[in-house]
Amino acid sequence: MDNSKLMNSILLLLEKTSTVLSDDVYKALSEARLREQENSVAQETLSIILESAKCSGESGIPICQDTGSLFVIIRACPSEQVFFIEKAIKKALKNLTERGVLRQNCVDSITDKNTGDNIGEHVPQIHFIPWQGPTRISVMFKGGGSENMSTQYSLPHSELKAGRDLDGVRKCILDAVFKAQGKGCAPGILGICIGGDRSSGMLISKEMLLQRIDTVNESPVLAKLEDTILEQANSLDIGPMGLGGKTTLLGIRIGTAGRHPASFFVTVSYSCWATRRSVVELDDEGGIAQWL
Amino acid sequence: MAVKKITSPFSPDIARHLSTGDRVSISGKIITARDQVHKYLACGGKSPLDLTGMVIYHCGPVAVREGNQWRIIAAGPTTSIREEPYESTLIRTFRPGAIMGKGGMGEETRQTLRSEGCVYLHLTGGAASYIARSILHVHEVHFLDFGQPEAMWVLEVKDLPALVTMDSQGRSLHTEIENNSLKRFQQLLDNPF
Repeated sequence: MDNSKLMNSILLLLEKTSTVLSDDVYKALSEARLREQENSVAQETLSIILESAKCSGESGIPICQDTGSLFVIIRACPSEQVFFIEKAIKKALKNLTERGVLRQNCVDSITDKNTGDNIGEHVPQIHFIPWQGPTRISVMFKGGGSENMSTQYSLPHSELKAGRDLDGVRKCILDAVFKAQGKGCAPGILGICIGGDRSSGMLISKEMLLQRIDTVNESPVLAKLEDTILEQANSLDIGPMGLGGKTTLLGIRIGTAGRHPASFFVTVSYSCWATRRSVVELDDEGGIAQWL
Repeated sequence: MAVKKITSPFSPDIARHLSTGDRVSISGKIITARDQVHKYLACGGKSPLDLTGMVIYHCGPVAVREGNQWRIIAAGPTTSIREEPYESTLIRTFRPGAIMGKGGMGEETRQTLRSEGCVYLHLTGGAASYIARSILHVHEVHFLDFGQPEAMWVLEVKDLPALVTMDSQGRSLHTEIENNSLKRFQQLLDNPF
């Protein structure tokens, strides 16, 4: 790969992710707007959201002032590019922070000092995954308000009367949606992991948010569970920004992982309507071959 | 519905005439304050300017320095409930006209809004470009050592649209919606997959 081409690809990828709302999310918001009652607060809120997102995309302004924390997954990275790609991501973060495409969003947890450039201890979070196929980079800028709403349940859960089955999973997810009202910016998108351990559950549920919401789950059981939860969550009348209405969730993607016989975790990653994520495939020279 | 025009700072008398559900449009001078400024002010810190009647906005903007001036690029609201431990003290000590943010606040703030004649204004979270259009310029910035998002930005705004969701009569739209959704949630728990 050509390093300068790779650098340009990463800069473009991150800048576009912060400023242009993914077309599947924009479409889901537009459809939601049509479903809400005429002149309701819900419809007005969705109109503001759509107008703001459109304006951001057209003028290169961040979609949300909380430009999030960067989460990156790189599949099939050529071994000789591993160190360069990490450096290139950090360089791009510095550049975009200076230009106001990103807010200064990394704080030292002991001193409370903002590092000023979105780089810090274990920040950004980059995962390299062995994979057969072309190099694929997935990125997400995850907002703090929505990340605060992500959570993990251990089944059985007596308060929710949730057992170790799919109905127990359903109850946990609805509980997370109920508790996120007024905090994460609804209508949200959920990434779910059923199973795994404490750490893999968190990682896999976050990875589920990288998937488009206009595709259907390959597992018919999970597809049905997703539809049921989407319908039930949207009947809670929490609505856009928690001000009432028919649209509380835009989408939900459920994944699974094997579990220890003693453990049954349900992990919920909550993402706000301003879900900023992109997936690209690189060509052999490091240019962007396609946006997925 | 008619939009009520308000200029910040304003008197508690104006706040007392606002009700939950009212659409307002804010002009004038407002300040931003997030977690660090709230903690500082609630723990006895001095405000660098008089906050009487002012709108305190829960917001950490994206700002860039251009020559001697700051320019606000994006400035949507942050989650207000994080400031719940401090807000009542701030309202009693500094007498702001309104608190502005997203998602509403808790029981203590609801009571303080009522006793002190203050209101809570709601903005659409994430609508960063839309809101930034109403910000004319930065008057001054304090506490930059808290970090750019946590600093106190003194902003001039014009026709910034907001919704009253907690008023000085003790009503909270957020509590009403939460109570309704709780009933529905409990029904759904008994509705197996």
